[in-house]
Amino acid sequence: MRATLPHRGLAIGGAILGLVALAALLAPWLSPHDPYAQDVTQRLIPPAWYDKGSWEHLLGTDKLGRDYLSRLLHGARVSLLIGLAAALISGLIGTTLGVLAGYFGGRVDALVSYVVTTRLALPVVLVALAMASLVGGSLKVVIVLLGLLLWDRFAIVTRSATQQLRDAEFIAAAQALGAPTHWILLRELLPNLAGALTVVATLEMAHAILLESTLSFLGLGVQPPTPSWGLMVAEGKAYMFFQPWVIVIPGVVLALLVLGINLAGDGLRDLGAPDGRN
Amino acid sequence: MLAYILRRLLVALGVMLTVAVVSFMLLHLSGDLATAIAGPESSAADIEKVRVQYGLDRPVAAQFADWLGAALRLDFGRSFYFQNTVMELVGERLPVTLKLGAVSLLLAVAVAIPLGVLAALHRDGWIDRLSLAVAVVGQAMPNFWFALTLVLVFGVGLKWLPVAGNTGWQHFVLPALALGYYAMPSLMRLTRAGMLDVLGCDYIRTARAKGLRPARIVFKHALRNAIIPVMALAAVELGFMLGGSVVIESVFSLQGLGQLAWDSISRNDYPVVQAVVLIIAVFYIGLTFVADVVNAALDPRMRTR
Repeated sequence: MRATLPHRGLAIGGAILGLVALAALLAPWLSPHDPYAQDVTQRLIPPAWYDKGSWEHLLGTDKLGRDYLSRLLHGARVSLLIGLAAALISGLIGTTLGVLAGYFGGRVDALVSYVVTTRLALPVVLVALAMASLVGGSLKVVIVLLGLLLWDRFAIVTRSATQQLRDAEFIAAAQALGAPTHWILLRELLPNLAGALTVVATLEMAHAILLESTLSFLGLGVQPPTPSWGLMVAEGKAYMFFQPWVIVIPGVVLALLVLGINLAGDGLRDLGAPDGRN
Repeated sequence: MLAYILRRLLVALGVMLTVAVVSFMLLHLSGDLATAIAGPESSAADIEKVRVQYGLDRPVAAQFADWLGAALRLDFGRSFYFQNTVMELVGERLPVTLKLGAVSLLLAVAVAIPLGVLAALHRDGWIDRLSLAVAVVGQAMPNFWFALTLVLVFGVGLKWLPVAGNTGWQHFVLPALALGYYAMPSLMRLTRAGMLDVLGCDYIRTARAKGLRPARIVFKHALRNAIIPVMALAAVELGFMLGGSVVIESVFSLQGLGQLAWDSISRNDYPVVQAVVLIIAVFYIGLTFVADVVNAALDPRMRTR
């Protein structure tokens, strides 16, 4: 019974992720309207299933009369781009630190642990907000900031995985053959970390997407008029009492995407360690 | 054990120092301080006067030493925006955030422990699945959005609770729910895993064989062992929540530390921002230190790490 669960989670998560990726890739063709086109005569039209809704705008329009569905589809691009790019940057930083700490141990390990502890002590949201305010919020800034802030889990996981592999026979064999250290780390060790890295990457991707939406919601992330789901919630906040759907729609989509990524990540982890506990 | 505590204490102090350097840099990256203190309408001569008067013409290392010396005495200078000292502003707001953090943690623990215990007792049963679903959904929702949804449902729809302000306890219920839901899943999963571990142990089997009542076994024998790591994690979660409260405070207009930091960021009032970052980091470091020591006291294997 339990054994089928990870596969089911993986299937559901993968399906959600696939759908969002498809929406993001095909956004320009799927969108019924230009996501930036404003029309003051068409402000805050509710979605089609409301009495006042129209099929012209399936999910309604925002306070500037822009088509909500089109903005939602284009927003998928922002979320996925930030998730992937931030996970890539933080993955590079974290894996480098973790592998070095795990392989060399001793002082290198102590130094890396110290850096990780310091990073964990810094409140991410506050530091990101302060930095974004200094540099000026934008898509690029958000990606770089999150990439520089979210590498801690990569470092922790690759460190312990490397420690376990350090004394393995194939590593000892490579050392005995006189392989250079960078060869051992990149060609022998790294491929064996792929499974663990994929799992952490999914978690951090979800984390980055949530943080981007938070920064954008607070006004220091992605800047208008770029469609970001967090920004859509922020822009809808003033109208939510009379038109709850303006915040419900982007929020639900955001939660679904993160849920999909997390399910896929959990499924991958359980596949990697079938007897492991969750 | 004493050696372990001393070592952790040393690391904690070192990390605090590093965080202090980072938050000091935050202030100095924010632009020319002399211009900021003198105000936008001052002349170049005035700005130079301020620069000398505040010691901003000296080497950065000397400035840092002075700033750190003052910070150790809890003196973070004056706000650029208000006439007050930074500590007066922080002192006014800190209790609100601490109260929010404490109530959120209490709520999270009050839900997580019973749910985790029940999930472990009925492994793979409906309650296990339900609690897993609650955890997974909780981790997927952006917390500002969950907070807004709470406002819509309980504040506007059902009209049970106020949606903004911070005078009475009612003002803390929704924010604490929003913040606590964020910390609950990991606490619940750790309770569940700990209970499953303990319930598989020989001494529980012995207790069962002796014919002790199941409730007594669960509460007196199993939970007591499973709960201490959960408490340690709760301390760490409290540290995270203090840092993450900025979002919730802004949604509910709670005048806490997070709101102060956010307002100060938008006003370029960096002495306040750096003080808040440092204070929250110090709380986090203190709480993780406690958690580490508790875990090490329980499990001697942790001490060698």
